[in-house]
Amino acid sequence: MKPGLGDQLLAEGDPDVAEDEQRLIETFRRQLDMGMWAAVPTRAPGRREAVLVRSFSEVPAGSERVIFFPPATGG
Amino acid sequence: MSSGLIVVVVIVLLILCAVAFGPFILASIRGRGSRSAGLRFGRRLSAAELEAERRAEDLMASVVGAEGLEQYRALGFLHAFGDPEGDGNPGYGYLIYPHRPIVSFDARSGRLLNELCVSFPDRSDAAAGGRLPDADDVLAKWMAIRGDELTLLASANIHAPGRQVDPDQARRDVVRLGEWSTSSDGAATAQ
Repeated sequence: MKPGLGDQLLAEGDPDVAEDEQRLIETFRRQLDMGMWAAVPTRAPGRREAVLVRSFSEVPAGSERVIFFPPATGG
Repeated sequence: MSSGLIVVVVIVLLILCAVAFGPFILASIRGRGSRSAGLRFGRRLSAAELEAERRAEDLMASVVGAEGLEQYRALGFLHAFGDPEGDGNPGYGYLIYPHRPIVSFDARSGRLLNELCVSFPDRSDAAAGGRLPDADDVLAKWMAIRGDELTLLASANIHAPGRQVDPDQARRDVVRLGEWSTSSDGAATAQ
């Protein structure tokens, strides 16, 4: 998520392919280094959820995407 | 009757009318002003901002579902409930507004509990203005609540209801949410 832009694709690839995985990890780290939060949407029958992850290894297997957004601050 | 006398009579009548009806006319004019909606400033979104909002709503739909987006468009907010308690029902819930505080409420009584003042300023790109599109702001709050509620609470400034969000409006929104969930069976969207 970006101000004025909405969502932008940062990287995509198959985590099971080493080359793709490395690129995804680098992108993930870069976003967290910028202070972004990372959320993974999940779904169960009749229920939508999201989990916040703090490292690439925490991304649930089979996830389709990770959404990065600015961290929350007191408004 | 001389024309001079007629002029004097007309002037006297005008004065009498002003004395008799002047206060009423002034009150009417002032009353009309006070019944207006007040001073409002607005501006149209640019084409780029409209496109950003459209993309943000697409993203919202992909995360909370089409029903969630429908709720957001119809009611102007998303919601989330806390985990079910002993009776299987959530004890509290949140009204998640764009660029306004999150309002927590007692899910059983509808009583307002707190305002959670939180924002997501993007300081990495000052040129973009730092403000997420409305739907992105709501979705970020929703994901943060569902993903790590305690971290979000720790980040928020918590106040009593009524600090920024009109409590009457929030109470009406709790009722509207209940009606929406009943009528559309939309409770499955953003539990």
